Amino acid sequence: MAGTAVLGRLKPLTWREASVAEVREETPRTRTLVLDVDGWEPHRPGQHVDIRLTAEDGYQAERSYSIASAPRAGQLELTVERIDDGEVSPYLVDEVRPGDVLEVRGPVGGYFVWEPGHGGPLLLVGGGSGVVPLMSMLRVRPAEVAARLVYSSRTLDEVIYRDELATFGDAVVITLTREEQPGLRRGRVDTDLLRELGFAPRERPHIYVCGPTGFVEAVASALVGLGHAPERVRTERFGPTGR
Amino acid sequence: MLYGWPMPVSRGFRGRARRDDAATDRVPPGQYLTDDFPVLSAGPTPHTPLDEWTFTITGEVDEDRRWSWDEFQALPSEQITVDIHCVTKWSKLDTSWEGVSVDTLLDGVESSAEYVLAFCDGGYTANLPLEDVSGGKAWIAFAYGGEPLDPEHGGPARLLVPHLYFWKSAKWVRGLSLRAEDEPGFWEGYGYHNYGDPWREQRYWGD
Repeated sequence: MAGTAVLGRLKPLTWREASVAEVREETPRTRTLVLDVDGWEPHRPGQHVDIRLTAEDGYQAERSYSIASAPRAGQLELTVERIDDGEVSPYLVDEVRPGDVLEVRGPVGGYFVWEPGHGGPLLLVGGGSGVVPLMSMLRVRPAEVAARLVYSSRTLDEVIYRDELATFGDAVVITLTREEQPGLRRGRVDTDLLRELGFAPRERPHIYVCGPTGFVEAVASALVGLGHAPERVRTERFGPTGR
Repeated sequence: MLYGWPMPVSRGFRGRARRDDAATDRVPPGQYLTDDFPVLSAGPTPHTPLDEWTFTITGEVDEDRRWSWDEFQALPSEQITVDIHCVTKWSKLDTSWEGVSVDTLLDGVESSAEYVLAFCDGGYTANLPLEDVSGGKAWIAFAYGGEPLDPEHGGPARLLVPHLYFWKSAKWVRGLSLRAEDEPGFWEGYGYHNYGDPWREQRYWGD
């Protein structure tokens, strides 16, 4: 049975110290943290980790963040968006600096995962910081696998990984919901855009959708409406409190 | 920098103002309180028409039991106010539901089963010990906050097992299969804890 086979490979997840190797500003609201973790085994693209912070009085807070980097041993990258009234994300975005130590546990999750062995075509649909786990998939995608990322952002300034995304050519289409920019689409990800950019249902694309709840609901229903099999559409939602 | 044992202090992290009201006792370790109701699902939201909806008790039973939506609505229901805890770290206090007790559905069922597998539209499943869904601990809920349960939150009906992490409260539930042997459900097969007690922080396999 499939479930048992998966469980057989698992080891208990312990908290481990992660040392911040580098901090990169991606947009005014998001930063990528490069974390070194001794003995870290490469994750599978789409997985997330738990991060735990401890205050001087022993108070602790935990949150989950998607892994952005391609899998590698000993290191992972998280891209974190600041939620203004959040408890953990403002610390990670504004306060953390190289040399700091956090605690990390994971990687976690096995369903919202794409690896080259799954094959293509690969359709990724991201809203806002929902692009983060999709980026991990795009970064490992071999050139021979047909892929497309449809990425919805409010403005150009808020586009995460902007320079790197430009190197993917036609495989990446960015649409902006709040402003016009030359060369980019304008408007929400809707049925028409998905029909145009998202492979035909008969090609049986592997589909991954990540973003805020409303975005994921709208995109997933539109994809099913276009004739994509519901079991081919894997979703990850950031609730209104994705903090 | 100060590094206490056993965990490192996060330089400059203060966290939210500590709460010392009664609510703190109701928040399991590693959880935070929210007033929202976040949605987490593995795939598209199914929309099963009510005239096609049934609820079935099957598996290790002498005879399957099945209710149509109208028959299900005619069963005695209860108002339930409970705290809920999601494995993704949020907890929400005093949520109010209406539903049919699983005890009502299992009343008179002869079975030697010790486990149940809840099965759902969309292919989702969740496994639980039978004793965790009986004795007034679990319901099939069809209303939330006095309104029909929204499809995003599992409508028309979801399992409600508030003493376990909320993924066990399977959305879009269509029945319970009684089992002699335990078998991992959907998330359990992907590394989440087989039982999922929030007070023991059983989030992942091996916790």
